[in-house]
Amino acid sequence: MSAKTAISSLVLAGAVSTALATLAMAGPLTKAEADAAIAAKKEKCFGVALKGQNDCAAGPGTTCQGTSTVDFQGNAWKFVQGGTCANIELPGGKHGSLKPV
Amino acid sequence: MRANAQASYAAAFAPPLLDPDGDVPAVVTGPNGKSAMKRYNVYRNNVTVSLIEALAAIYPAVQRLTGPDFFRAMARFHIRETPPTSPLLFDYGRDFPGFIARYEHAQALPWLADVARIERAWLDAYHAADAAPLAAIEFAAIAPDRLASLVLTVHPATRVVRSSFAAVTIFAANRTGESADHIDASTPQDALITRPELDVVVRQLPPGGAVFVTCLMSGCMLAEAAAAALEDSRDFELATNIAGLIEAGAFTSLRPGDQKK
Repeated sequence: MSAKTAISSLVLAGAVSTALATLAMAGPLTKAEADAAIAAKKEKCFGVALKGQNDCAAGPGTTCQGTSTVDFQGNAWKFVQGGTCANIELPGGKHGSLKPV
Repeated sequence: MRANAQASYAAAFAPPLLDPDGDVPAVVTGPNGKSAMKRYNVYRNNVTVSLIEALAAIYPAVQRLTGPDFFRAMARFHIRETPPTSPLLFDYGRDFPGFIARYEHAQALPWLADVARIERAWLDAYHAADAAPLAAIEFAAIAPDRLASLVLTVHPATRVVRSSFAAVTIFAANRTGESADHIDASTPQDALITRPELDVVVRQLPPGGAVFVTCLMSGCMLAEAAAAALEDSRDFELATNIAGLIEAGAFTSLRPGDQKK
């Protein structure tokens, strides 16, 4: 543990009680109110980026893999811009783009 | 003897499957001893295609970002370089994010490997063991003077992925069917992946959160983890992070660290 930033028991106790108070907020309310409180709280602390739906995208082996697809070999095929990466920007105004394979 | 014969046949049959220029194994022949190149190529095609499909199933956001043509070409290079070592396809492709990071044609998308790391963590969380997450009330039962030495047990599904780019936003925008709006990739983002019950949930961690969680996952005491997080970011908020971790179900149990198990 770093000597520079020791965390006192008092600070910890304060933080834990604040955390528990935040969580308890959703407790006694109605379902709808609780959901709203949870949504607001998630926004405030650990924003949910994505909640997965497990009926899809569960990985390979969960569906019959496409054995009838033909794997086109060869180095001559031309790259076709098909992805969504062009919407993503980096500093200097450089958009994501792919080089032909 | 029969098992040995099968094993040696497989050992002769399999190696050229991922080598498009390799010769057909001598053990494979057509009727009347003719060459069986076309027949053998059916197997070649199926092996390569099924592995590409496996990678596409594990990394759907990466495929969406690059488009299927680019993805399939990139995946094929990876498959040739790193064939599976296990028959468990859901476990395949663990080295794909590292491959993307050094794949020359993807260098213009420096965030792509991190998006792949989040997708891999998503699937690992999906297949991780079930466990009941830590309830807030267990925290409340700890005496204030014991909080500093508290040690948490990590949930089997919990993963942290750190990125120098906006990998969480890019991941989220491309795992849903919605069209992605303009995204500034330059903001560093850290992801917390959990599966408290049935659904995998990906969250963006607040400043210092990744250091805090990672430290706790490795067995740090609560005060140590908080100190490490504060050194990582001045904006680290302890209460927010404790509430967030409980809510996310990132841990399963706690015990005071100065007590023996």
